[in-house]
Amino acid sequence: MSDSTLILLALALPLVFSGVIAITGANRNLRDSLMVASAVVLFMTVVSILPSVAAGARPSVELFDIIPGLALGFEIEPLGMIFALVASGLWVLTSLYGIGYMRGAHEKHQTRFFACFSIAIFAALGVAFAENMFTLFIFYEVLSLSTYPLVAHKGTEEAKRGARIYLGLLLGTSIGLMLPAMLVTWWLTGTLSFQPGGILQDNVSRGVGAVLLILYMFGIGKAALMPFHRWLPSAMVAPTPVSALLHAVAVVKAGVFTVLKVSVYLFGLDYLQSLWSADFVMWVAAFTLLSASIVALQKTNLKARLAYSTVSQLSYIVLGAMLANQLSITGGGLHIVMHAFGKITLFFCAGAIYVAAHKTEISQMDGLGRKMPITMFAFLLGALSVIGAPPLGGFWSKWHLMLGAVDAQQQIMIAVFLISTLLNIAYLLPPVVRAFLLAPPKEDEEKEEEDGHGDHESHGVGHRFGLAEAPLLCLIPLSLTAIGTLLLFFFVDPILGLIQSIFTGVM
Amino acid sequence: MTLSEQFPILVVILPMFVAPLLAMLASRGQLPWLIATATSALTFAIAITLTAEVLQSGTIEYILGDWPVPFGIGLTIGPLSAMMLMIISGASTVALVAGRESMNAEVGSVHQSLLYSCWLLALTGLLGIAATGDAFNIFVFMEISSLASYVMVANGPNRQALTASFKYLVTGTLGATFYLVGVGYLYMMTGTLNIADMAQRLGEVSDTLPIFIAAGFVMLGLALKAALFPMHAWMPNAYQFAPTPVAIFFAACSTKVALFVMLRFEYVLFLPNLGQQATFLSSLLIPLCVGGFLVGSAVAIFERDLKRMLGYSSVAQLAYIVLGISLASGAGVTAAMIHFFNHALIKAALFVAVAGMIIRFGSSSLDQLAGVGKRMPLTVLGFVLAGVSLIGVPLTAGFISKWYLIQAVLNEGGLGIVLTALILVSSLMAVVYIWKVVEVAYFKEPADGQEGTARQEAPLPLLVVLWVLVAANFWFGIDPSLPIGLATQEASSLMGGMQ
Repeated sequence: MSDSTLILLALALPLVFSGVIAITGANRNLRDSLMVASAVVLFMTVVSILPSVAAGARPSVELFDIIPGLALGFEIEPLGMIFALVASGLWVLTSLYGIGYMRGAHEKHQTRFFACFSIAIFAALGVAFAENMFTLFIFYEVLSLSTYPLVAHKGTEEAKRGARIYLGLLLGTSIGLMLPAMLVTWWLTGTLSFQPGGILQDNVSRGVGAVLLILYMFGIGKAALMPFHRWLPSAMVAPTPVSALLHAVAVVKAGVFTVLKVSVYLFGLDYLQSLWSADFVMWVAAFTLLSASIVALQKTNLKARLAYSTVSQLSYIVLGAMLANQLSITGGGLHIVMHAFGKITLFFCAGAIYVAAHKTEISQMDGLGRKMPITMFAFLLGALSVIGAPPLGGFWSKWHLMLGAVDAQQQIMIAVFLISTLLNIAYLLPPVVRAFLLAPPKEDEEKEEEDGHGDHESHGVGHRFGLAEAPLLCLIPLSLTAIGTLLLFFFVDPILGLIQSIFTGVM
Repeated sequence: MTLSEQFPILVVILPMFVAPLLAMLASRGQLPWLIATATSALTFAIAITLTAEVLQSGTIEYILGDWPVPFGIGLTIGPLSAMMLMIISGASTVALVAGRESMNAEVGSVHQSLLYSCWLLALTGLLGIAATGDAFNIFVFMEISSLASYVMVANGPNRQALTASFKYLVTGTLGATFYLVGVGYLYMMTGTLNIADMAQRLGEVSDTLPIFIAAGFVMLGLALKAALFPMHAWMPNAYQFAPTPVAIFFAACSTKVALFVMLRFEYVLFLPNLGQQATFLSSLLIPLCVGGFLVGSAVAIFERDLKRMLGYSSVAQLAYIVLGISLASGAGVTAAMIHFFNHALIKAALFVAVAGMIIRFGSSSLDQLAGVGKRMPLTVLGFVLAGVSLIGVPLTAGFISKWYLIQAVLNEGGLGIVLTALILVSSLMAVVYIWKVVEVAYFKEPADGQEGTARQEAPLPLLVVLWVLVAANFWFGIDPSLPIGLATQEASSLMGGMQ
């Protein structure tokens, strides 16, 4: 199959399967196995595009012109390739995990949930493959809309309120800021295509460019720059698989991916460096990075803490983009991958803890490591990767980001990265420490004994060894992503090569 | 002489001749509806043929009774006229097909055949305005359509329809009178009523006081007719209390016809001939437009009745069209014309969906519609998708409108940036009022005392029409070449006349 067919196939698959899921909803075994199968096929499709992109080709498809010169089209370049690989790869694991979680937690409306899930992946891939800002914008909005029902899934007042903030902020910023930026870009340059070296430098004065940059960066609400970050914690009312895939991978990464894409392909690094507002956005990112970490420290709910940690980690990538040199962009690209693996592990663990032990607060996690050693060990690996400790994948992205800061002679930013790393340690390690080193609270043990006579379906494997892990379908994915963070440390070269080929043209 | 050569006049007089027949028929069955629908569908078919012809071979001139033009009446069907003919006859057909059950429920069977007779007269009037090339003829058709409209609105199921109709009558008559006074002055100075002829003769007397007065009267009269802010009060009222099918019909096309006349007068007569007209036009209309779309959208957020909410939304949407006109540029006219077309699609779809809800719930108040999304999923989904187009999300017709409008506005420099920001604020307000409906329909439990949540979809013809319109909203969002083609063709000929 030609590459362009593969692109269309990759986009059509999740869309078609969302319909199939909706139809086969009554038979949940069939529905769930079809979903996993579609996820695997999708991943393989995306992987099969990789060789030609790695060889320097830019496979593309143009569907149709909406307005003369403004087409709905796709073209795959290295950044998009990486984002697509991460999103579709982790989708396989998340759909496994989602099945385990949704059944284990007895959630309702599973069919609607999985159908919207599929559409969300479709939108994420559309963002990854978009050839121009217009196409990207369309899929960006589809992603916001298709995830709304997921966030509001529980249907409680709290869920609805959270979902309303979620949608309101994402649509508001994109229509209020990003769309005008696009309109002005189109009006000034007559194109919205992503081109190496950017499209703005020849047509747009520095003053206007600086304003455009601000509109774009704050308009990409999914990158969660303060003060538009509130949607991310609000969205944590969603079931954990949603938080895991969408708020560690698809939605937030679509945001920072757009940031990188706009920086590299609309502005171009040289032009970006010459804008005063690049410094401004950089400082905002630095502020977001630190203050979100400090907020995370004070959150006692595990998912809320992870949410603020995500806000903070996203700003690493925005900061990298604003440093605007090859090393920092490389670091930003790498961080999309590394943070995705690290954070999805953490969310998977949080969900597993909820399903197996019904615990959501960090203070309840004392001694949990004895019952759920695998989960908590995976949590440790994920946490260390997000912190950026070797030998885990997160090290490489922070390494390159810091090199980028050195290259740009932004000493303060180096300090920001270092302080943030310390804060990461301070808020991510306590749950692990509590789980492994503190004794479990008394009433828990008593309850456990009472429970011993009851039904243990949801407690899964190894109960007879005194373990109470989540169902296997939850446990396996989180172990795999945890191992993934480890492997990424040793096998980072291909990804690095791919990202650097943005600047050199070939790998 | 073949039949197709007579299409320009046939499209106008066909409903005119059927109307008295219907009045005489005075049948109580479904026959009047059937005849009206068939007539309307036939005019729609003719309008499509005419559009195809205009696209292929340019403007059609038709001379009535072989009297040469400055003396007799001529019909001029350019791209914009063709588009208007399509919108008007299409809206009428859509409203009739979808509105049969609403009509049966809301209007007593005694009055129906008379109502349909008035309907066809209104159709004649509106089509006539679009087709004619004569300024006085426009007034005549305007009166035909208005008088018929007052009767139609007054037939609403609620007694308040009478006051709504009365308000409409007072405003409408004022508007028509002002227009007539303006045309009188123009005739006095130029000695002709044919618009094309007038354009040529106006140059000699261009900067005289009577012409300025004429321009003022014509614009004011048309602004009243078009419910331009702050002269909009009659419109939401009329939409709310009129029988629902009438609301569908008028919402899609009636005020647009006044804007169409405004556009022709400005671009054919005033702008090319009056020196300062462009400045006057912009400085007068732009503030009104901004007020219109901000106030319209804001009020729509707080309205609890769907028909009224959509009425205020129309105030805002028509302000976009007037904004395009008031920019006095080719891009502006193009944007205005594209929105003529797209807004008709959007509003027709929204009103058809509301008609469906009224049939099943007997009310269009949001307080009564809680949980309607579960009971009539297809109808509500259609409403939401049309709403998405109203907001202007990419891949819908509404987006194309917004895109062209904002590109036109940006050409105005610093003012353009402010206007762009305001347009986007108004779009965000549209998100809020559409979302309000979504939340009531899907996330609110039905109030106590209502029967279960059994599925109770709108009648099939209505549903089909609704989804055809929704599909059209997406079709013309993905392939907008038809409205864009017509609009650019017209804009280039209009702007050619200005240089």
